[in-house]
Amino acid sequence: MHLRAIKESVKATVLAYEKGIDLDIHTAFGSDLMSDVLAYVEEDTLLITGLTNHQVIRTAEMLDLKAILFVRGKMPCQEVIELAEEKKILLMMTKESLFTVAGILYGEGLRGISI
Amino acid sequence: MKKYSRSDENVAMKLHYDVLRDDFSRAGEASSKIKNMLRQLAIDANILRRIAIATYEAEINLVIHSYGGSIDVYIKSDCIEIYVEDSGPGIENVELAMTKGFSTATNIAREMGFGAGMGLPNMEKVSDEFIIESERDKGTNIKMVVNY
Ligand SMILES: Nc1ncnc2c1ncn2[C@@H]1O[C@H](COP(=O)(O)OP(=O)(O)O)[C@@H](O)[C@H]1O
Ligand SMILES: [Mg+2]
Repeated sequence: MHLRAIKESVKATVLAYEKGIDLDIHTAFGSDLMSDVLAYVEEDTLLITGLTNHQVIRTAEMLDLKAILFVRGKMPCQEVIELAEEKKILLMMTKESLFTVAGILYGEGLRGISI
Repeated sequence: MKKYSRSDENVAMKLHYDVLRDDFSRAGEASSKIKNMLRQLAIDANILRRIAIATYEAEINLVIHSYGGSIDVYIKSDCIEIYVEDSGPGIENVELAMTKGFSTATNIAREMGFGAGMGLPNMEKVSDEFIIESERDKGTNIKMVVNY
């Protein structure tokens, strides 16, 4: 699924690295546990999370993830946005909950990773 | 079981990073630097990912559990060796600490997305060789080897 289509489906706003939005992504993983993200995510995946701290960006950096979607209307601080920009990671934010976002995107064809 | 020790034989390059306790916003910087350095050496992406996971979980543990410590990376012709050492407080029961889900992490660590008790198991999973030694009040030493 195209990241731009994902953005529109969940009415997200872009917070960092807008240039990264022209990318196709096939899988997503939703979690607030970064150790689980590190343990399970292998391919290029959209990270969906309600955490907005430095460690989320670092986790994505370690796994070469290109995009993060924050849910529940959580805004990261400016430092976190700058770190994402520096690491060329697209940040988006939606007011919807993780469950709702997952349901919408699954309906549009995005799939979970294989565990 | 193999004992923890550094092996200086045939090291092409050494990297050293100090990691401070409770330095939450900078946690991950050492792992980021290690990853970028290894990427420049054209190391395979899958190997790079495993090393990134190992060093990052180790670095987070230094920040949230230890009094502070260091990460040393030895780059060799057939493998990468990672040495993580700290000066305390040590782990009471290493076998228990290695169990998936076991954690003594504080709320601050949990708010960062850590403290799920998956760090040490993750580090072991991505390593071809994993040695952990810990002594109460002395500190913890971990050696991880990832073969190319
Ligand atoms: N460097 C360390 N110093 C002291 N205790 C540690 C260290 N690393 C890990 N531990 C102990 O082992 C437990 C499990 O670690 P880990 O698997 O990384 O899970 P987590 O960090 O999520 O708690 C920790 O909660 C802590 O009690
Ligand atoms: Mg840990």
